[in-house]
Amino acid sequence: MAKKYELNEVEVWDGNMAAAHALRQAQVDILAAYPITPSTPIVQNYSKFLADGYVDGEFIMVESEHSAMSGCVAASAAGVRAATATSSQGFALMVEVLYQASGMRLPIVLTVVNRALAAPLNVNGDHSDMYLGRDAGWINLCSYNPQEAYDLTLMAFKIGEDLNVRLPVMVHQDGFICSHTAQNVKPMQDEEAAEFIGEFKPVNSMLDVSNPVTHGVQTEEDWHFEHKARQHHDLMNSVETIKKVFKEFEDRTGRKYDMVYTYKMDDADVAIFALGTTVESAQIAADQMREKGIKAGVVSLRVLRPFPFNEIADVLGNVKAIGVMDRSAPGGTFGAMFNEISAALLARGKSPVVLNYIYGLGGRDTTIEMLKGVYEDLAKSAEAGEAVVPLQQFVGLRGPKLAFY
Amino acid sequence: MLEIRWHSRAGQGAVTGAKGLADVVANTGKYVQAFAFYGSAKRGAAMTAYNRVDEKPILNHEKFMRPDYVLVIDPGLTYTADITANEKEDTKYIITTHLSKEELIKAQPKLEGKEVYVVDCMQISLDTIGRAIPNTPMLGALMKVSGMFDLDYFKEAMKKVLSKFPQKIIDANMAAIERAYNEVK
Repeated sequence: MAKKYELNEVEVWDGNMAAAHALRQAQVDILAAYPITPSTPIVQNYSKFLADGYVDGEFIMVESEHSAMSGCVAASAAGVRAATATSSQGFALMVEVLYQASGMRLPIVLTVVNRALAAPLNVNGDHSDMYLGRDAGWINLCSYNPQEAYDLTLMAFKIGEDLNVRLPVMVHQDGFICSHTAQNVKPMQDEEAAEFIGEFKPVNSMLDVSNPVTHGVQTEEDWHFEHKARQHHDLMNSVETIKKVFKEFEDRTGRKYDMVYTYKMDDADVAIFALGTTVESAQIAADQMREKGIKAGVVSLRVLRPFPFNEIADVLGNVKAIGVMDRSAPGGTFGAMFNEISAALLARGKSPVVLNYIYGLGGRDTTIEMLKGVYEDLAKSAEAGEAVVPLQQFVGLRGPKLAFY
Repeated sequence: MLEIRWHSRAGQGAVTGAKGLADVVANTGKYVQAFAFYGSAKRGAAMTAYNRVDEKPILNHEKFMRPDYVLVIDPGLTYTADITANEKEDTKYIITTHLSKEELIKAQPKLEGKEVYVVDCMQISLDTIGRAIPNTPMLGALMKVSGMFDLDYFKEAMKKVLSKFPQKIIDANMAAIERAYNEVK
């Protein structure tokens, strides 16, 4: 029996420690890992908890991230709770197996500490890895600070393992800016967290030898489409469970989570959309713009997948100009969030000015001044009723201005 | 909001110092942030670490900072790092050195006219802890200069932060904090 970990009402944890404690409290049975910066301390802390007797489970050190996720797939198919952590190149190497995990309907939890993809090699934070995995059929939850990384990791188990869902869940946090930044975190006590998440419920367990099953079979044109359609159907319908779990968490902790995050959007004329820690920095910029008489707000996704298409259109549909911030190299088009948000607005008959900002690649500092510059663009465009700047700009970049479209 | 920037070399304990300070401050009900600039740089490389302290939740995640305090825990960095970067008019400097304040300012003229305090955290940590780990003595000096907490309260709080270490190391750190508190000028 695992020992109880003595926790203060308020701990000072970085995002990695917060995620590691959530994995500990979930009493993960198998954690298969190949550590990579900046997510290394998650599995390192977890292995220490295990060695010190705070976890009853197994830590399997494997030889690559491909094997780490394969180990989680095997453990989950066998019928136990499995989780791991990764970043960047490790995430990229996992991608093949991410699709296997979701296709096999295995409720694995992956804590992703977002980091740039090489080349050039870079260990710092951007959202390249998050975007790389966005179509892998996983539920994607987004945190903006260590407290949320903790909360959402706990909730990830309860959401993914729900019998109506049975899908893997990723929890994203920004590399270094969240993962290595210590802030106040209010944890649950161990017994309360265990009660909240509940016991793991095996489904089609391979260890249930009296009911033999096969996982990961081959289906050609006869059944493949039906399997993928059902997978998408259940991912779309997971919204109901996600909202239920958010509500139950709020009832226990007072911390409220919604599909879409908004700040001062009730009367906003201009809005920044962003993901990760930028969501919080943008609130400071919004407040400073409001002092200058510009009604600024902030919008983000708490749930990247399933994408809250209608809610996004609802909160952004009535503003005059939106700056969509994409922290990933767009690779020859607009940023992914620009495309998805523009589509949601267009489909609902809304036509605010939508501008795309590529920023913060490889950990480039996202300053309040830079965010205020975005709001200035938006205010001018709102006033003119059309884009007065190029539709896509790179901000925070040294050298001559770079813009497209 | 109170903002602090540490100048250190990787391995000297600036991150641990920043996190230790955050721990102590968070116990008083305030909101804290402690972070550092990392790269792939290894032990000995110049680095910076940061603290923010506020009465309300800290939403600012920019690395850019106009510090209220600059803490230099490696003597060489006074000359090789840009320790006055983004300073305010009233930024206070606490600098590890074996020199007197006057000698230091003569050696690094850009500190002329600024509020500078000196303390030899290297010698103090060598004498007390037995290793050149100048982070906890710097915290002792910061307590004296800032008046953030009185010495006894801070030492008690730091004992909890260091509780995973053997008693001998905790005692040595307490001695280092107290000496730096008394010696900073």
